[in-house]
Amino acid sequence: MSNIKNQRRQEIIQEALRLFASNGFHRTTIPDIAKSLNMSVGNLYNYFKSKDILAQEILRYISSYLGTKLKEINETPLSSKAKIKQIVTIYFQTAQNEPEMIDFFLRVYLANRDVFDNGCEGMLCVNEFVTEIMIFFEEGVSNKELKNQDFFSAFGLFMGYLGGMVFLNGEKLLTKELDEYIDDISQNIYNALKA
Amino acid sequence: MIFHKIYTMHSKLDILWLSALACNGNAHSFLNYKDIDLFLQEFDFVYHPLLPSKYKLTDIANFKVECDILIIEGSIEKHHKIADTYLDEVISYYANMAKVIITLGTCASFGGIFAQYSQNISGLHYRQKEKLNHYNSFYNKTITLSGCPVHPETLVGTLYMIRDDTKLPIDEYNRPLYYYGYLVHNGCSRNEYFEYKIDKHNFGEVEGCSFYEHGCQGTYTHAPCNINLWSGVNSKTRAGQPCMGCSEPNFPATNLWETKKHMGIPAKLPYKIPKRAYLSLAGVAKTFTIERFSKRIFESDEKKDRVD
Repeated sequence: MSNIKNQRRQEIIQEALRLFASNGFHRTTIPDIAKSLNMSVGNLYNYFKSKDILAQEILRYISSYLGTKLKEINETPLSSKAKIKQIVTIYFQTAQNEPEMIDFFLRVYLANRDVFDNGCEGMLCVNEFVTEIMIFFEEGVSNKELKNQDFFSAFGLFMGYLGGMVFLNGEKLLTKELDEYIDDISQNIYNALKA
Repeated sequence: MIFHKIYTMHSKLDILWLSALACNGNAHSFLNYKDIDLFLQEFDFVYHPLLPSKYKLTDIANFKVECDILIIEGSIEKHHKIADTYLDEVISYYANMAKVIITLGTCASFGGIFAQYSQNISGLHYRQKEKLNHYNSFYNKTITLSGCPVHPETLVGTLYMIRDDTKLPIDEYNRPLYYYGYLVHNGCSRNEYFEYKIDKHNFGEVEGCSFYEHGCQGTYTHAPCNINLWSGVNSKTRAGQPCMGCSEPNFPATNLWETKKHMGIPAKLPYKIPKRAYLSLAGVAKTFTIERFSKRIFESDEKKDRVD
């Protein structure tokens, strides 16, 4: 794919994310996204054949974005405890700086499974992100820093906790800024996972 | 590794088969070689523990014998005697004389099961992965054939290649790559179950992959077990028993029938496959439910059963 085409593709994803977050997934149509980008609807369909396919591509994009950041953390020589804090920080920073990404994950991906049934089954579209979490856990256990337990028990505890906090933040129910919770939450996660 | 052609005054190469601390499993395995009569037309055993030989063990221990090839079977223990002579002296004498030495089996190569008993027991050049110096002057003329036991084709094929002056590429332990360049996983009849991460496996059944739950070491064990089948018909993994890594330096491991996992991820991954590559593919493969793999291979639709 040419650079110009790839750049245009990225712009569509960014704009769609913004519109999904502000107007809701179901209320946003392909013509809305095209109009917002000064594109013809026909041209947008050249990039994404349907709204579902666009949504699936957005999910891969978010997984890749977070996966790349987690990979950088995994490749540092930090302890598991320090890595937990880095992961929490990255997640909350993303929620604050790119709120539409986490919003999409929580409000579109988790709530509209039918959109992702055909093409994003299981871990298919979130593979990059989940793989890095697996590597983080595996290395933590291997280094005897983390307790050996069922993967999904640990995964749910970690990601469910972070997702829940971002959701509460989005609902404006938290009494402090999200990043002020980083230390406490990192410690809680570490306490739950440590060997 | 290239051996210079062994020139002898006799038409056949003389092999001395020396048993150290051994169960003689390799000697028995060799007896299963399908063309042993043909082999014996081209090689002579000056001594073999089970076959008729030109000399007795006492002749060996009294240094009365000559050989071209020395095969050592079993682990080495410094104070072990054979026919009242220290094994160390016997090995040194004949190793010096031989053009080629073969450490046959994991005990002779890496210490194996016997080395679990004492720190003083080892292979000829290795104790597990640790390189030893005692017989170092013979290292460059040693070929390592590990396994418990070694497949007879591996031994006989290597001997023919030595006789024929064939170039013998080797690995870091001097094992010929023609045999040890393969993994037990290569040729395993369960590869599809591995590829699609079907972890349902029951001992003795032909379906499923035992890598995920039952400790199969085939993906990181170097041996041609599924290339050259045992007795020409089968292998452990095909028959339903996990590979126990018997040709590797750290054999025997503990908890052989259990896959050690870290948060559900196998602690030991296939040979030289990066963790990220393995986990990415595994995550994708596990996504799909493939109905064919949930069925027994020999279970057919009743209507199609045929009874003649």
